[in-house]
Amino acid sequence: MNGIPLEYYLILSAVIFLIGAIGVLTRRNAIIIFMCIELMLNAVNLTLVGFSQYMGDSAGQILVLMVMTVAAAEAAVGLAIVLSLFRNKETIYLDEINLLKW
Amino acid sequence: MFIVGSVSLALSVPELRGSNRVVLPVPEIRTLSLYFSDDMSFELIFFLILGVIGIGSAVAVVLMKNPIASAMSLVIHFVALAGLYLSLNALFMAAIQVLVYAGAIMVLVVFVIMLLNLGTEQKLRENLFSRQSLGIFLTLVFGGGILFLLSRTLLESPTAREGVVDTGSVQAIGTALFTDYVYPFEMVSLILLAAVVGAVVLAKVRVD
Repeated sequence: MNGIPLEYYLILSAVIFLIGAIGVLTRRNAIIIFMCIELMLNAVNLTLVGFSQYMGDSAGQILVLMVMTVAAAEAAVGLAIVLSLFRNKETIYLDEINLLKW
Repeated sequence: MFIVGSVSLALSVPELRGSNRVVLPVPEIRTLSLYFSDDMSFELIFFLILGVIGIGSAVAVVLMKNPIASAMSLVIHFVALAGLYLSLNALFMAAIQVLVYAGAIMVLVVFVIMLLNLGTEQKLRENLFSRQSLGIFLTLVFGGGILFLLSRTLLESPTAREGVVDTGSVQAIGTALFTDYVYPFEMVSLILLAAVVGAVVLAKVRVD
């Protein structure tokens, strides 16, 4: 079906996931952290599609559809939270939002 | 260019066959690998180019100071991932990737960035080094775990099925989605409804 071994896709997906994790842990801007979460979701999607195609089963791609739907819902709700946060605190840098810190 | 060429090739070849006088049986499964298989190095070059673009744009998303530049890099990353889905013969996933991610979600993100009118990110004066190095250290530990698991499972990972199995076409996914997975499909609509209501409630301005 495909000349490329499945491991190549898995390794590529792991590398993209780790880049996204570094972004989530090191950036301050809430929107960029949000985009890095999208990176991690996409890395997992790549793994799911790869396994689905190599094992000849559509279930993985159904799961990718679900992940995309949840990501879209997360985009809507998360960006609404960012908007109301900016309206109240005048910042979206996460280290300046420390209302719950004692 | 290659993606467009290969898709148009896959779309046009059956029509060319159908326009002949000779009635040929329409192939039941039209996947891309029927038209350019048996060329390992070509597929590998395609994969490597898309992989380098994907990793490079992902690094750019993390490193760019300007949020708009990050968002544009993320669009490039999504398109590269759509190309990788094409190389996996997952045609429907590639189309949905471009439509939903590069289209809808990124428009929302760019819209919010423009609305907030942010500048470039300022560095923290104090405490930045320890926080960043802690984050990178945690990620490397996590990555070591992932690579360890990968190296353990490389020997047992499945090889490609013999022949062409139709799992990536719109027909196969639609059949699975509306027969076996119809209840999860309905649950997803509830998630979307909750997200719509939540976004409106969170983002509206309260007028007393």
